[in-house]
Amino acid sequence: MNAHDPTQVDPVWLRGMTRRRISRRDLFKYAGTGAGALGLAAFLEACGVSGTQPAAPPSEVGTPAWWAKQKQAGELNFANWGYYIDVKKGRHPSIDRFTQQTGISVKYQEVINDNYEFLSIIRPTLQAGQDTGYDAMVLTTNSPVLDLVIHSFKWAIPLDHSLTPNFNANADSAIKNPPWDPGNKYTMAWQTGLTAIGYNPKLTGREITSVKDLFDPKFAGHVGMMDDPQELGSVGLLAIGVDPAGSTPDDWHQAADFLKKQKDAGIVRSYYGQPYINHLENGDLWISQAWSGDVVQSQKSGYTDLKMVVPDEGGMQWTDNMMIPIHAQHPLDAIKYMDYVYDPYAAALIADFITYVTPVPAARDVIMNQLHDAVAANNPLIFPTPEMKARFKQYYKFKDNAEADEWNSIFNPIAQG
Amino acid sequence: MEQHLQSDRPGVARHGSRLGKRLAPYLLISPGGLWLGIFFLVPMLAMLSLSLQTGSIDTGFRQTWNFGVYPHAIGEYHKYFLRSLLYGGVASAATLLISYPMSYWIAFHGGRRKTTYLLLLLLPFFVSFVIRTLAWGFILSDEGILFGTLKSWHLLPSSFRVLNTGTAVVSGIAYNFLPFMALPLYVTLEKIDRSVVAAAGDLYASKRETFLRVILPLSVPGIFAGVLLTLVPAVGDYVNASILGGTENHMIGNIIQTEYLYNFNYPLAAALSFVLMAGMVIGILAYARVLGTREIEEYV
Repeated sequence: MNAHDPTQVDPVWLRGMTRRRISRRDLFKYAGTGAGALGLAAFLEACGVSGTQPAAPPSEVGTPAWWAKQKQAGELNFANWGYYIDVKKGRHPSIDRFTQQTGISVKYQEVINDNYEFLSIIRPTLQAGQDTGYDAMVLTTNSPVLDLVIHSFKWAIPLDHSLTPNFNANADSAIKNPPWDPGNKYTMAWQTGLTAIGYNPKLTGREITSVKDLFDPKFAGHVGMMDDPQELGSVGLLAIGVDPAGSTPDDWHQAADFLKKQKDAGIVRSYYGQPYINHLENGDLWISQAWSGDVVQSQKSGYTDLKMVVPDEGGMQWTDNMMIPIHAQHPLDAIKYMDYVYDPYAAALIADFITYVTPVPAARDVIMNQLHDAVAANNPLIFPTPEMKARFKQYYKFKDNAEADEWNSIFNPIAQG
Repeated sequence: MEQHLQSDRPGVARHGSRLGKRLAPYLLISPGGLWLGIFFLVPMLAMLSLSLQTGSIDTGFRQTWNFGVYPHAIGEYHKYFLRSLLYGGVASAATLLISYPMSYWIAFHGGRRKTTYLLLLLLPFFVSFVIRTLAWGFILSDEGILFGTLKSWHLLPSSFRVLNTGTAVVSGIAYNFLPFMALPLYVTLEKIDRSVVAAAGDLYASKRETFLRVILPLSVPGIFAGVLLTLVPAVGDYVNASILGGTENHMIGNIIQTEYLYNFNYPLAAALSFVLMAGMVIGILAYARVLGTREIEEYV
């Protein structure tokens, strides 16, 4: 197979390497190569990635005068997260009801899996000043992406609240005028949820009450943590007794050390995104950081052993927010839909199915008396009681991009094995 | 056209056809060349350029010829490069050990049902890559059909686990890339002239000797192509590590993904990708020099 011995150096090659001769012809060749290299250098110089600033919208976009000019198009493209709306026989009853009422047909797309990833996808389009194809999208408060999009880049169209009567009348006070978007200038909440602890008492052998249980060596190899730096860092802060909202970089380092010890002791099985729930279901994980709605949906689909607890130290509260990305083609249809989900009946249809905290308290009566689902109506994870609300903790709010980078650079290396 | 020209102005026609002859090879390779140029060379140069820039996503990235990113990328992340190479290498070796007997049997003893066996081999691969990896996760699960059963028979200690360890990642890669090894091996083994094998027997070679001194050397091109086709994608794979891996099993692909999609550190992601690619190219050239490439085109 192999004709020549690789250890033996070809004498012709050796001669070529040891003698240096440049003919006139070679000189031209080298000159050509040189010119090529210069051209390459120019090419390398030319490809830059421009910043996100230039796409600032024309100033009249989002003013009442601008909104008055908008016409209903009869269609709406809505980008949302997976498993986040009511489903019945392959259709979404709450959306069908909206189409009946308004004549607007909705293309509902479950295209968001992660805030950062979604921003990475839409960024080039928005930066080029073009329409993303979505008229409404949903981003989460626990991610710096939300602040980047609405405040740093100004990539959301300011809302006109004279067009949102349902929101004005029915929205929970907690999500009206929220700290992440004063005056709801750009956003309205889709749902709120908690990051708490999911567990299987049959496997842990005891009830779980504290975030410290995530650090118990007895559960070594069966503890699930989240790979998202905000989730991971916040639970680390809770574990060392610091409220994430008021934490300092010193606290972040201490929390990271604590999490590092947990990892080095072999307690953590892995750092998960969404799939943690499947591992809780099949018993690989005994206890895990968990999003409230997931555990309730799991219980409903037959995993009745699973339990969800808001630990003594508190659960991290996040809110997913609807907004209209800049250059959207059907803004009026979008704002009508965003307001429609604040209609108590629509909110009830959605909340009863997905079991996250609804932003419409009035949905409770509908669930109780019209949908006849007393279990859901009395579920403190959908309609939190005051005692439950007292245990909601807020994420740290980054002052700027550099601070978010600092947080990520502290907590990312832990999840990055 | 040619006919017409020839009758009218023979000189030009002859010149034209000579030009055509000289241009023919270039014209023939131009679709492939353009493809490579547009979809490989230009993006690769753009990536190289990006790796030397500095900035952030809000202010944009500007070319500053920041060559320092390369020592940083290698210094900081060499652990992941080495681990990827280790996982990819072990997985390729495993696919080789698993598929060689299989391909050999199909090629030499498959008879009329060869195509059926090949189809059976390929059947699982009609299912999406990610779904297959998730299914593999189910199989390797602590209380799953495999280990759950063995544990219930007390053949394994209850603390035994494979999922979310390096073993799971390597086995996932080996499973996912198996056909890329098995098919080229099958093609080479199938093409081996049976009279050569018979001749070895006639010359009193034992079965073992026939295999070691005739069949195995003749199947080297298949091994070469198979290892190439599994090792290269395996080293860059990130799906298996993210689905089957645990706390210390990330591969370089996972790091590149994180830097690009989550940290928006485009230059670092580009530099890591470039180092990975350059390393693989150098490695493959060295490997090709050892095993020879003359007959490879037939199998790749």
